[in-house]
Amino acid sequence: MRASRPVELVCPAGSLPALRAAVDEGADAVYLGFRDATNARNFPGLNFDRDEAAEGIAYARERGSRVFVALNTFPQPGGWRRWTETLALAADLGVDAVIAADAGLLRHAARHHPDLILHLSVQGSATNRAALTLYHEQFGIRRAVLPRVLSLTQVERLIDNVPVELEVFGFGSLCVMVEGRCVLSSFITGRSPNSCGVCSPAEAVRWEETPAGRQVRLGGVLTDCYRPGEPAGYPTLCKGRFRVNDITYYAIEEPTSLNVLDILPALVRAGVAAVKVEGRQRSPAYVREVTRVLRAALDACQADPDGYRPDPEWTGALDRLSEGQTHTLGALHRPWQ
Amino acid sequence: MKLALGPIPYFWPAERVQSFYREAAEWPVDIVYLGETVCAKRRALGLSDWLALGAELAGAGKEVVLSTLVLLEAESELSTLRRICGNGRFMVEANDMAAVQFLAHEVPFVAGAQLNCYNHETLAWLAELGARRWLPPVELPAASLEAILARCPPALETEVQVFGRLPLAYSARCFTARHHNLPKDRCGFRCRDYPDGLTLFSQEGQPLFVLNGIQIQSAAPCNLLGAVDELAALEVDVLRITPQDRGTAEAVAAARAALAGDGEAAGRLAEAVPGGWCNGYWYGGAGMDWRCG
Repeated sequence: MRASRPVELVCPAGSLPALRAAVDEGADAVYLGFRDATNARNFPGLNFDRDEAAEGIAYARERGSRVFVALNTFPQPGGWRRWTETLALAADLGVDAVIAADAGLLRHAARHHPDLILHLSVQGSATNRAALTLYHEQFGIRRAVLPRVLSLTQVERLIDNVPVELEVFGFGSLCVMVEGRCVLSSFITGRSPNSCGVCSPAEAVRWEETPAGRQVRLGGVLTDCYRPGEPAGYPTLCKGRFRVNDITYYAIEEPTSLNVLDILPALVRAGVAAVKVEGRQRSPAYVREVTRVLRAALDACQADPDGYRPDPEWTGALDRLSEGQTHTLGALHRPWQ
Repeated sequence: MKLALGPIPYFWPAERVQSFYREAAEWPVDIVYLGETVCAKRRALGLSDWLALGAELAGAGKEVVLSTLVLLEAESELSTLRRICGNGRFMVEANDMAAVQFLAHEVPFVAGAQLNCYNHETLAWLAELGARRWLPPVELPAASLEAILARCPPALETEVQVFGRLPLAYSARCFTARHHNLPKDRCGFRCRDYPDGLTLFSQEGQPLFVLNGIQIQSAAPCNLLGAVDELAALEVDVLRITPQDRGTAEAVAAARAALAGDGEAAGRLAEAVPGGWCNGYWYGGAGMDWRCG
């Protein structure tokens, strides 16, 4: 479904200061989670309680921004009540949409909170017309966030053939796997995005200075070793250096960030409903800077798609914030695959 | 409990696939899942070949299920999926919601582990749509499975993978092609050279994962043969063995022996299939952990 409104800029709010920064810099919508495993950024010191969420919603509304709540992990029976209570809380607070992934939870939401607008989370792994249609027909989802696996051509074709709006990631950490279908983290640490809302959890990380260099371990497993002076990234398993056939390299993906500034006109013309910024775990200063740049870029692109050129100042600013100080189009650019 | 042979996750030549199933027809397995689940480009066998194989296995007394792709992007992939779902003879394992969309309310189906059914509400929904059997996600611990099964809809069978490398992740990127510095669109089918996948080690030489095209598996096969009594107590109906290049027949024999009450079966398998195992997910820990039953 082609969006009927201008493309929305959806920005991360891991805290009230980050929410205010995103709203102040012109985010059309912010997304946040509560302070537990009901969302996929269940990190210490992040997220909202009820009062903070209410304050954030009021702040955003007064300035014309919408607020989405991420409830995008998969409850197991022991957690079912907490997830449904959190859903009820989001409905009580009058949020503009809930972003969910679990089919049982979506069904519960559609039955018990029929006025609540539902977005399918990227963790729902819907990458094609048939899957998206199922979620729409079964639960009435209005929008889906696409996993970072489709090429630009595939995104363009999908928009014209699905009954829901599509939101794509525009900037932030690059998840190289189909979201919702990666348990590398729990295989090594016992905790995954699907079940616990964390990937490569901080408590499982150990840094060690050794004669061979700075070693980093996740759950006891050596994921990389850095030479003196070499910049070190956060040790998600997919961005470590490993040995395959006696060659040591980034066997899965280099530390890099997704950045769609170069193809923004194509995404706008294709009719995406929203461009999403990853990074609820990031600082308010980061959110402020990324929102500022993407707001400027989206405004320029929508005012004059044919004349749009990414301003080098924007690209430089984003690269300074990027993992590995480099960026990629990821799967949107077919040769990356 | 019944024994099932899961789909072959690797890209084997057609002759190897045929000979594997000729042997499997003689093995003590009740159910055989056929088909390509990892990469749409792997077309050594087409649907008609799989159906012919299925007919032979059905003739040998096996229940045959056609398994389907996990990651579907292109319309051509959906067309193939639709033909599989409409095959008219064999039940289909849905590994993506696209398959559920094609099968729902039409024909009974198997809800595969990649559908991410983590709770009883999702399971109830899948049962309403026509699921006759389901598999929990690989990371689901026994305690959660028990809680789900306490409220499992009647007549729905539960299947658990008890042997073989675990499917841990899927990507748009082909990691085998990347290892050879090739783009996916010109991969040259290099995965054909790795009938057991390509092992990824830490820099300390610890085997962690297996690269299999766009899929990443555990390097260590999972082994829950020591937990057969627990699985029986939970009233799990089907135990799945995922094929690998070597040791599959031995795993089937060991599983059959374990089902018959042979407490030494898992130990004997250790001698037949060297290398580490894992079972940590079952006990609620890191998947790579190994806990002696």
